[in-house]
Amino acid sequence: MADRPPSEGDRAAGKAGDNRPALSLHVPEPKFRPGDTVDFSHIDVPEAGAQARPDEACDPHQMQDLAFGLVRVLGEDNKAHGPWDPKLDPETLRTMLGHMAMTRAFDERMFRGQRQGKTSFYMKCTGEEATSVSASMALAADDMVFPSYRQQGILIQRGYPMIEMINQIYSNKGDKLKGRQLPIMYSSREHSFFSISGNLATQTPQAVGWAMASAIKGDSRIAATWVGEGSTAEGDFHSACLFAAVYNAPVILNVVNNQWAISSFSGFAGAERSTFAARGVGYGIASLRVDGNDPLACYAAELWAANRARANAGPTLIEFFSYRAEGHSTSDDPSGYRSAQEREEWPLGDPVMRLKNHLIELGEWDEERQEKMDLEAAEHVKKVTKEAEANGILGHGLHHPFRTMFEDVFEELPWHLKEQSEQAIRERETKFPGGLDL
Amino acid sequence: MSTEVKETAAPEQGTERRINMIEAINEALDITMSRDDDIVIMGEDVGYFGGVFRCTAGLQEKYGKSRVFDTPISECGIIAAAVGMGAYGLRPVPEIQFADYIYPGLDQLISEAARLRYRSAGEYIAPMTVRSPFGGGIFGGQTHSQSPEAIFAHVSGLKTVIPATPYDAKGLLISCIEDNDPVIFFEPKRIYNGPFSGYYDKPVQPWKKFEASIVPEGYYKIPLGKARLATEGEELTILAYGTMVHVVEAVCAEKGVEADILDLRTIVPLDIEAIEESVKKTGRCLIVHEATRTAGFGAELSALVTERCFYHLEAPIERVTGFDTPYPHSLEWAYFPGPIRIGEALDKILSE
Repeated sequence: MADRPPSEGDRAAGKAGDNRPALSLHVPEPKFRPGDTVDFSHIDVPEAGAQARPDEACDPHQMQDLAFGLVRVLGEDNKAHGPWDPKLDPETLRTMLGHMAMTRAFDERMFRGQRQGKTSFYMKCTGEEATSVSASMALAADDMVFPSYRQQGILIQRGYPMIEMINQIYSNKGDKLKGRQLPIMYSSREHSFFSISGNLATQTPQAVGWAMASAIKGDSRIAATWVGEGSTAEGDFHSACLFAAVYNAPVILNVVNNQWAISSFSGFAGAERSTFAARGVGYGIASLRVDGNDPLACYAAELWAANRARANAGPTLIEFFSYRAEGHSTSDDPSGYRSAQEREEWPLGDPVMRLKNHLIELGEWDEERQEKMDLEAAEHVKKVTKEAEANGILGHGLHHPFRTMFEDVFEELPWHLKEQSEQAIRERETKFPGGLDL
Repeated sequence: MSTEVKETAAPEQGTERRINMIEAINEALDITMSRDDDIVIMGEDVGYFGGVFRCTAGLQEKYGKSRVFDTPISECGIIAAAVGMGAYGLRPVPEIQFADYIYPGLDQLISEAARLRYRSAGEYIAPMTVRSPFGGGIFGGQTHSQSPEAIFAHVSGLKTVIPATPYDAKGLLISCIEDNDPVIFFEPKRIYNGPFSGYYDKPVQPWKKFEASIVPEGYYKIPLGKARLATEGEELTILAYGTMVHVVEAVCAEKGVEADILDLRTIVPLDIEAIEESVKKTGRCLIVHEATRTAGFGAELSALVTERCFYHLEAPIERVTGFDTPYPHSLEWAYFPGPIRIGEALDKILSE
């Protein structure tokens, strides 16, 4: 048994043994809980354009200010400012806006689909669209991405057929993953999009391994991985940073700090004491802290990191400072742990609105076109959803044949899986004599 | 996979070259690396130094630092990097210095490597071979003696292979490395230099005194999932692997018991045909492993033999295993399933 500390009674009676002050455990507590009035004035939002943009091959130790600051391009005036302005042409900006709007429309429809019982589960990325869409646009199409579950914007940006996404969400007979994976755990080798795992942060050191392999083979492709700030607490994230630094791997470690890990605020991942970008500094990794709701800053930071990796100058850690505007998933109700006001008070605004306003400010967009685009996005998702539903929805019988459950465990079916496959087919025949696809 | 396999010279016929298990493993690595540029070796101390057991000696010098390299002390990082390299198209052979230290890498092995092919419907695979010295009998105490094979046998998607001789170590390791599934290759470190009879007070005989150390110089493979009949007999069937194959051989020889000793070699997938054939012939079955008893791999073997050979059994199946305690240091020989424990089980099973 452990040594027993003095009880409060002992202390009160002066029997604690000495006069040293009693220790106390600090348990982080978010600033606002349900019903609280939200005031985010403690968040330091620096002026857009005020941040230095060092050379892409610079020494990580010259970047300490950037790890504690916030790279911003789009100002309150909706104009692009400073050295991080990627100077994208209006057509590219409209494409970026279109992918973000499509991602949002997709989320809306799929969330509703879950509520309608068409599938078991869904997760939105509302408010974080720039951290996937804009960042992904700065990469080459064959750069390998190792995402978490909240980067659906990458698939949309890379042109992955939306029907494949919905087939996967519905686990229907068209699902390329054969109904084996929980909804949204996509995989597309063709789009250099790694298979999503439910186990948090495991993809981060895998991305580093992929990047090491690319370097071993003298390839020119780089890897990028995304992880939430909550999951940076996993040991895997430490391994990822360490291996990336030790082998100077051509990899970008994107941390999406959306303030919340289900019900736990970022303080439980260490945010009370430091920034997530600052961790990179400790490993000797170039580190940037970026306004995650500023699509231009997200693009510019990812491009900077990609250029650095391509030049063999090493890895970069990017913290995208953002806000998870919706619940964690369809199984979550955020009103149980945080104030509903947070979303409206979030000082960095909404990424879609900010890019829209920027384009309008440039004279390259207007509210009418935005409305038309949003409508078209919603119509497109609706149409594709209908097409996917023809392949079946979860639990309505249209799924992959039973025998496929046993395939791909190994390259070849060993005897014990052959026996179990035969058993499953026997059970099916007993339940539905002569019927149904086996 | 865009792997180009290079031809190597055919093995010389009739060579009687004898080597130990470490040399056999080193040769398997060397030969596969020379045939396939996508094979990379990584692990703690495997590079310049050549490994704490010398299994990777000379390989970095021969193949360069980008193919054989040292890693940080992070089993999670080692396995994870190998998964990522496999996704790229390499064929990594990571080393975990002791099986006792594989646990920080378990999430990456169980949740990732083992499931990658399944969850991506074959889009991504993890064609990696995790080599790791395992087993006791060397005064390794709690953390240099463990036999955690049952943990891996329980994971769908992993293969687990354990050689018992230099000849098998080379042929099996080449098969593992060329296999497209993730494989755990446990090397019984007690028999790296010579087989172990279980009589710890007798001098160790080096491998060169045994025929199983006759190892062809060139490329050859031993198929996974196939057991080896180490000795043939009518009285009972003994199922064993790794060090324990030699211990049961010695005990049977001493007691004059004529047993079918099946060296399982691969525990997943298991050679069920060889097991059934032998037990149906002998009617008796003894299972021997170093690992702790409860929920050990012996339990699976016992269940399978019961299910498949019940009407041929003339006596209850016996299990001789390590005790259900952490591996002790000073009491190693009281813990190790040695000749007395095996002899007692043999007497019991043969007297029924």
